[in-house]
Amino acid sequence: MFQQYSLAHVQFMLTGLGWTVTLALIALVGGSIAGSVLTLMRVSSNAILSRIAQFYIFVVQGTPLLVTLFIAYFGASYVGFAVQPLVAIAVAFSFYAAAFLGDIWRGAIQSVPGGQHEGAHALGLSRVAAMRYIIIPQAIRIATPPTVGFFVQLIKNTSLASVVGIVELTRTAQIVSNATFKPLEVYLTAALFYFLVCFPITLFSRRLEKRLNV
Amino acid sequence: MSSIERTAAGISVVRASQVCKYYGGFQALDHIDLNVEKGETIVVCGPSGSGKSTLIRCLNALERHQSGKLTVCGVEVNDSRQSVDAVRRKTGMVFQNFNLFPHMTVIENCMIAPMKVRGMSRDQARATAERFLARVHIPEQADKYPAQLSGGQQQRVAIARALSMSPELMLFDEPTSALDPEMVREVLDTMVELAKEGSTMICVTHEMNFARQVADRVIFMDRGSIVESGAPEAFFARPETERAREFLAQILN
Ligand SMILES: Nc1ncnc2c1ncn2[C@@H]1O[C@H](COP(=O)(O)OP(=O)(O)OP(=O)(O)O)[C@@H](O)[C@H]1O
Ligand SMILES: [Mg+2]
Repeated sequence: MFQQYSLAHVQFMLTGLGWTVTLALIALVGGSIAGSVLTLMRVSSNAILSRIAQFYIFVVQGTPLLVTLFIAYFGASYVGFAVQPLVAIAVAFSFYAAAFLGDIWRGAIQSVPGGQHEGAHALGLSRVAAMRYIIIPQAIRIATPPTVGFFVQLIKNTSLASVVGIVELTRTAQIVSNATFKPLEVYLTAALFYFLVCFPITLFSRRLEKRLNV
Repeated sequence: MSSIERTAAGISVVRASQVCKYYGGFQALDHIDLNVEKGETIVVCGPSGSGKSTLIRCLNALERHQSGKLTVCGVEVNDSRQSVDAVRRKTGMVFQNFNLFPHMTVIENCMIAPMKVRGMSRDQARATAERFLARVHIPEQADKYPAQLSGGQQQRVAIARALSMSPELMLFDEPTSALDPEMVREVLDTMVELAKEGSTMICVTHEMNFARQVADRVIFMDRGSIVESGAPEAFFARPETERAREFLAQILN
């Protein structure tokens, strides 16, 4: 009555992995773009923009991603927008990631010592030039480890996408586990797949840190 | 913007008249009057918290004064973008903590402003930077990063970086205070050379030998005011105020 845990199951889980990677890319790209906007708002000298960004970060950071996703999917269709699951996910993940990245990146920019701004300004560099050539390159180094940590977190959070019907890695593992009743083997395989996606990113970040760390 | 003003004695680089600066309710500069002419070397000294840094930071608009009139290198310092940009382009500043850019090599530190502010080509900027690194006697350090240099070398890079913008006025805020004693000399020697070549310099420093050697005037500040101003020999030999006497007694021992 239970199926044998076989290569076909692993292949099925690989299709789930494909979805997981796709979702992660959407979340990373969307989150980075929205996070950049939020960072700029946060460090801008315009007090209103900065306050709006601060409020946004405060609210979204305090909301579980699952709830954000429910709002983007069920909430939107309730008020009359029939959204594709993938669109709801892109929106929810981007909004969620933006709130964290905006905060991480603002912190990194603000932790570059004040003397660096003064050094740049005393040389006549404009505010924009000082940001671009002096502050942001140093902020990137500071922001790299927490950003990568958050990205890895985000990749693992894509498993939440199953609630809106996307058959990603965790969901495929569930299906296979139910069919084979080999939960240990199946979930260990899923864990291995997650690791294979996350590990290169961690490795890349170490490499990047070393290169930037002069 | 007014052009450079000529006085009977020469070309005025700094003209401060009744300049006041407040931090909240605290008055950091109290009706400062100061004239500096082209080629002069001025040493500013005084007890901690007397407003020395505040004064020279107002000169390049790192701080904004609230009242009084301040003209630096022919530019009236006010809140306008043009004024701030112009005055910073014409002045160079050397900080106590160097403020070198740690992610750039020594030569890149000296090239960035000429390229991005003056619009020099990379080759031009490199040639200029090399010239000034040679002038502060560290041409061979060009491709190192600041963290790989000694404190004295870093401060000389900071001087070269400021010079590479060909400033009309150089501001120094305690350039040797963060240095180990054995490195103070090399930085002071560089500053002496600059002074002797005719640069206009305002130096906040407690290096009284430097003041004796090259200063045209010593300015003594206390509680936000300029209390004394005179030739170094006279100031050291016969300070006019009790506060200056106490201060000299302290730092000369
Ligand atoms: N950003 C600031 N906010 C508030 N008060 C300040 C600020 N900067 C300086 N002050 C105050 O203004 C006064 C003058 O400071 P300033 O740094 O000009 O003194 P200084 O003569 O350079 O002293 P030091 O020899 O310690 O460097 C001090 O009392 C200081 O506490
Ligand atoms: Mg000071």
